[in-house]
Amino acid sequence: MNGGRVMGEMMSKVKVSTTINGDPVEYLCDAEETLLDVLRDHLGLTGAKEGCGTGDCGACSVVVDGRVVCSCLVLGAEAEGRKVTTVEGLATGDRLHPLQQKFLEFAALQCGVCTPGFLVAAKALLDRNPDPTETEIRFGLAGNLCRCTGYDKIVRAVQAAAAEMRKG
Amino acid sequence: MPLDATIDPATHKFALVGTRPLRPDGIDKVTGRARFGADASAPGMLVGKILRSPHAHARIRAIDTSKAAKLPGVKAIVTRADFKEGDPGLRDVLHNVMARDKALYDGHAVAAVAATSAAVARKALKLIRVDYEILPHVTDVDEAMKPGAPVLHADMITANVEPAPKKASNIASRCEFGHGDPEIGFKQADLVIARSFKTEATHQGYIEPHACLASVGSDGQGELWVCTQGHYMVRNQCASLLGMDVSKLRVTASEIGGGFGGKTTVFIEPVALALSRKAGRPVKLVMSREEVFRASGPTSSASMDVKIGVTKDGRITAGTAEIRFQGGAFAGSPVEFGAMSAFACYDLEHVKTVGYDVVTNRPKQAAYRAPGAPMVAFAVESVLDELAKKIGMDPIELRLKNAAKEGTRSSYGPKYKRIGLIECLEAARRHPHYKAPLGPNQGRGIAAGFWFNFGGQTCVSLNVNVDGTVALAVGTPDIGGSRASMCLIAAEELGIGYEQVRAIVADTSSLGYNDISEGSRVTFSTGLAVIQAARDATAKLCARAAKTWGIAPDAVVWEKGYAKPASPNAGSFAPLSLADIAKTAGSTGGPIAGHCEVNAEGAGVSFAVHMTDAEVDRETGRVEIKRYTVVQDAGKAIHPSYVEGQYQGGAAQGIGWAINEEYVYGRDGRLQNPGFLDYRIPVASDLPMIDTVIVETPNPGHPYGVRGVGETSIVPPLAAVANAVSAAAGVRLSELPMAPPRVLAAIDAAASRRS
Amino acid sequence: MRYEAPTTAKEAVRLMAGKAGMARVLAGGTDLLVQIRTDRIAPDLIVDIKRIAGMRSIMTKSGGFRIGAAVSGAELGEHKALRRAWPGVVEAANLIGSIQIQSRATMGGNLCNASPAADSVPALVAAGATAVIVGPRGRRSLPVEDVAVAPGRTSLKKGEIVEAIVLPKRAPRSGDAYLRFIPRSEMDIAVVGAGVSLTLDRNGVCTAARVALGAVAERVILVPDAAKALIGSTVDQAALERLAAAASAACRPIDDKRGTKKFRIKVAGVLARRAVRTALARAQGK
Repeated sequence: MNGGRVMGEMMSKVKVSTTINGDPVEYLCDAEETLLDVLRDHLGLTGAKEGCGTGDCGACSVVVDGRVVCSCLVLGAEAEGRKVTTVEGLATGDRLHPLQQKFLEFAALQCGVCTPGFLVAAKALLDRNPDPTETEIRFGLAGNLCRCTGYDKIVRAVQAAAAEMRKG
Repeated sequence: MPLDATIDPATHKFALVGTRPLRPDGIDKVTGRARFGADASAPGMLVGKILRSPHAHARIRAIDTSKAAKLPGVKAIVTRADFKEGDPGLRDVLHNVMARDKALYDGHAVAAVAATSAAVARKALKLIRVDYEILPHVTDVDEAMKPGAPVLHADMITANVEPAPKKASNIASRCEFGHGDPEIGFKQADLVIARSFKTEATHQGYIEPHACLASVGSDGQGELWVCTQGHYMVRNQCASLLGMDVSKLRVTASEIGGGFGGKTTVFIEPVALALSRKAGRPVKLVMSREEVFRASGPTSSASMDVKIGVTKDGRITAGTAEIRFQGGAFAGSPVEFGAMSAFACYDLEHVKTVGYDVVTNRPKQAAYRAPGAPMVAFAVESVLDELAKKIGMDPIELRLKNAAKEGTRSSYGPKYKRIGLIECLEAARRHPHYKAPLGPNQGRGIAAGFWFNFGGQTCVSLNVNVDGTVALAVGTPDIGGSRASMCLIAAEELGIGYEQVRAIVADTSSLGYNDISEGSRVTFSTGLAVIQAARDATAKLCARAAKTWGIAPDAVVWEKGYAKPASPNAGSFAPLSLADIAKTAGSTGGPIAGHCEVNAEGAGVSFAVHMTDAEVDRETGRVEIKRYTVVQDAGKAIHPSYVEGQYQGGAAQGIGWAINEEYVYGRDGRLQNPGFLDYRIPVASDLPMIDTVIVETPNPGHPYGVRGVGETSIVPPLAAVANAVSAAAGVRLSELPMAPPRVLAAIDAAASRRS
Repeated sequence: MRYEAPTTAKEAVRLMAGKAGMARVLAGGTDLLVQIRTDRIAPDLIVDIKRIAGMRSIMTKSGGFRIGAAVSGAELGEHKALRRAWPGVVEAANLIGSIQIQSRATMGGNLCNASPAADSVPALVAAGATAVIVGPRGRRSLPVEDVAVAPGRTSLKKGEIVEAIVLPKRAPRSGDAYLRFIPRSEMDIAVVGAGVSLTLDRNGVCTAARVALGAVAERVILVPDAAKALIGSTVDQAALERLAAAASAACRPIDDKRGTKKFRIKVAGVLARRAVRTALARAQGK
C-alpha cells in the first residue's frame, strides 16, 4: 500500500463541527459526501431517507439554520458551524410533536418512508405560516413526494396540527 | 372459510373491527426509528454496486474484470458465472438478474462489485471492460410484432397459436377469453364504435429504492435483510440461484417504503448474496433512483383495439378487444389479466378478448397494482363513454343497465357470487359530486373497474403471553397498514383490547411459508388465518379452563374474552379471562398458542366506480384535476382509514398514469427520464382532496365478508380522467399520458377539422 | 475531491484560477451536486462561496439592487423592497423547484449553470440585469444575456466567478412578470419561460419593453421584435397578438422529453401574451 497516497486520501477528508438536534457533533467526512450520507452512514440517523439523490423527492429533508433543505444536495462539509434538525429531533423526549401525533391520528402515512421528510417540511411550513390555506399547504409540501396516500390525509393532518398549534 | 354462519357482517356489532385505532408501527415511523431496507448496517460491511449495460440490445463478447479486481478496496466481483442455473421456472428471473450472452435493455446488469466504500465501488465499475457488439433494438410493442423486427430470443416461438410459427419472433404467446359469438352480437347493435388506444409504460414509483444487506458465512448460512413484498419468495428464489438449501437462508423483511407490485420479485438480492459469499463479508446493495427506473420492473405499455355495440336504449350486445402488451425483455406481461378483466364489469352474451404477450428491449416488467387491468379499462370505459354520449344516455345508467351481478357469467369464465358493482354505481349516482355544476373548460368523467383479488398460502402463529397479552406473528410484509388490521381481528376474536395484541412480521425461519403480499390478499388471507388461529387458541383456552374446572372441554365456551361454562348444567364457575388462564398455563399443560397454515380460498372480487372533474387550458393543453371521488366495494372494512388510504393512493397513481407519467425512450433505445424530475408523478399541489365512499357488500368467502381493496382503485382512474379530459377539451383522447403537447395537438387538430 | 470555503472573493478567485484540475463554484449546490452524483462531472475542487459576506447580501445601489450571487431564492422572496420593485424577477427565482430547493438555489447558480430553461434568467434579461464578474484580472460587468453561450457553457474565463447580479433603478409606471409552462403544478423544469418588463408613459402608452424567452433556444433569448410589438402601443389586443406572433417566430426549440418543437413555439406565444398582461397590470399599479 502506498503510504503517500493513503495520506493524500486522508487529507481530502473534512473535519466538521456542527450541532444536530441540539447536540454538538463532530465528524470526518469525504469532501464529496453529502449531509445525507453523513447523517445515515456516520451518525446512525437513518430517519432521513434517500429516495432519489437529486433533490426531487424530499425524503431527505432536514432543517439547516432554520431552512428546510434536501440533505442530499448539501455537502457534509457545509454543516460546519450550522444548526441541523432532523426528524429525530422533532419529538421532545416521549412527547410527540403535534404534527407527528396528527399524522398518526389521520392515517397520513401508509408505508411511512416519506413521512420523516414530510414532518420536517411541514414543521418548517407551519413555523413560517401558522395558518396556511389548503393551497399553501399543498404548494409548501410540493417538494415531498408520496406515492401511497395521494396526499389527502397528509394535508388534513397538517391542517389539524396547525389548528392545535395555534391553540397554543 | 366462508361467511360465518353466526355473523351477518352487515348487521353484526363488531367490538373493534371497523374502528380506527393508531397503527402499531406508527411511532417508529413518525420518529425516524423504523428501519427500512437501506437502514441496516453490519460490522465489516462492504458496499455493492452493479455494472449495467448502456445499450438497449447488445451481444456480450467478453467481460474483463482484472483491472477492477486489482483496485485496493475491492473484495469481490461477480458475473453471471457466479449463479446457478437450475430451476427452469427461474430461468428468466436469473437472466434478468444478470445478463448472460446478451444485454437485453439499457440498464441490464452485467457484473457487480463489493468494495470497502461507495467511492471505490464506483471506481471499480469504471475499470470493468465489457466488449459489446451493439445490435438493433426495438422498444415499441407494435413495432416488435412486425416481421423484420429485431428478435430478442432466438428460441421464442409464439405459444397457443395453431399451427405453431416456424420462425422465432418477439411474440411470446397468445391468449383468448370470452363466450358467445360477437359477430351475432354486433349485428344486433344499433350503434357500434371501434377505437384504438395506446398507453405507455409507467413505474410503480415507490419512494424507497430496492435495498438489501446480505451476509453469507463460510458455512454457507446466509442472512438477508431486504425491503420486499414477499420475503419467502426472496428466500426460495435466492437459495435456488445461489445453490443453497432453502433452510440455510434466513430472510428478514424490513419495513417497506412502497411496493405496489414492484417488489414482488428479485433484482439485486441474489447479487448481494453472491458478492457476500465471495467476499466473506456482509454486503449492502442499494439501487439508485436511476437504477430503479432503468432496471427494476415497470408495467407494460399497451396497444389495444376495442369494439363495442349497443342498442339505442343502452343494452350492450357485444364487446371485443385485441390487446398487445410488451413486458420488457422477457415473456410474462400481464396481458392475460388484461384480457380477462377487460369486460368483467358487464353482463354480456357475446364477448371475446384476444391478448398478445410481446417482448421488447426494455426492463422486465413487474406487477403494478391490478396488473393489466387499468390499461384495458381505459380502452373499454372510453368506448362506453363515447357510446353513452352518442345515444344520449347517462353514463352511470348505461353501466347499471349492463352491470354484472350475482349469477352473471363473467367475461373471463366463472359465475359471480355476491358482488357489489350495482351498489357502487348507485352510490356514485347518489353522491353530490355527480350533480355538482361544472365551470368553463371543465368536464366530468366516470368509469367502472374490477379486480380479481387473491387468496394464497398463509401461516400465522398466535402466542399467548403470561400476562394475557398476545404475540401475533404473520408472514406477509405490511405494505398498507395490515398489522393494525391483524391486531383488530385477533383482538376481536379473542375479546381483548386492541393494544393487548402485538403483531410482527416474522422472518422466514420463524414461521411457515407465506405467499407474497400482493393480489390484495393480505387482509383477506392473513386476516382469515388470524381468525382461524385465534379460534384455535380459544379452543385451547377453553380446554385449559375445562381442566381447571374438572369439566368436559366442550362444556366451555369463549365469550368476549372469557372462558365460561356453556350452560348452567355445566356448573357454576366464575369466568376465566385470557390473563387468568395464561398465568397458570405452565401448570395446566404448557404454552398456549393458536396456529393456522392454510391455502386461503374464497377471495372476493371487488368493483369500483370513480368520478372526476378535469379542467383543460385550451391554449396550452394543460390538465388540472379539480375533483375526485372513489366509490369502491371493500366487503368489510377492517380499518376504514387504511381502506380509504388504498382508495386514495390507487386513484393518485392512476391520475399520474393518465396525465403525465410515461417511460420516454430515445431513438438509441435508452431511457431518457430515469428520475423523478422527468418521470412526473403527482405532487401535493397537483391533486385535490380525494373523496371516498366505502361500499360493503360482504364477500361470502370470508368470515367477516372482507374483500381485497388495494388494487381495484387503480383500475378506473385512467378512463375516468380520460373521459373527463375528453369532455373538457371537446375532443376524444385515446393515447396516454394526456400530457400537454398531446392534448394541445388534439385540440388544435379538432379545431382545424371543424374550420 | 477537495472542499474549500474561502471568506473573501479574492481567495475564491485564487482557488478557481489555480492549476489543479477542474474547479467548480458551490453556491446552493442544487445543480452541481446533482451533476456530480449522476457522474456528469467530477470536479477536483469545490469552492463554496457562501461564507463570503459580499455574496450573501442584497444591497440597494443607486436606486437599483445589487444581489449577491449566493443569495438564496427564499431570501429573495423575503426581501420586501426587491419584491415591490421587481416582482417578476423574484417570482421567477421563487419558481425554481420546491421549498427545499428555494432554501438553497441562487440566481448566480441558475445563471452560471447555463441551462436554456433556467427560470430566473428570462426575468433577469427582461429586467436588463447585469452580472458583476470577479476574476484574476479584476472586476467586469456583463449583460446577463451574455453569460450563457450554450447549454452548460458560459462566457466566463478560468478563475472568474459571478459575484453579484445588479438590477437597474426602476422607471415609474413599470412592471415585470415571469411565466413558465410546466405540465405539473410544481417541481418541473420549464418547458417554455417568458420574462417581460415594460414601462408606460402617463397616457398608458408603452415606451420601453424587453421580452425574453427561455427553453426555446440554446440559451435564453431576448426578442427585440416582441418588444417592438409593444412599444408605442397601449398594449391592446392587436399589440398582444403581434407580440405573441413575434415570440413564436423567435423560437428555435428542440423536441425533447419535456416538449415538442411545435408545442414550444405555440406556447411561447401564449405565455408571452399572458406575461405581458401581468406586467401591464403591475405597471398600471394594479
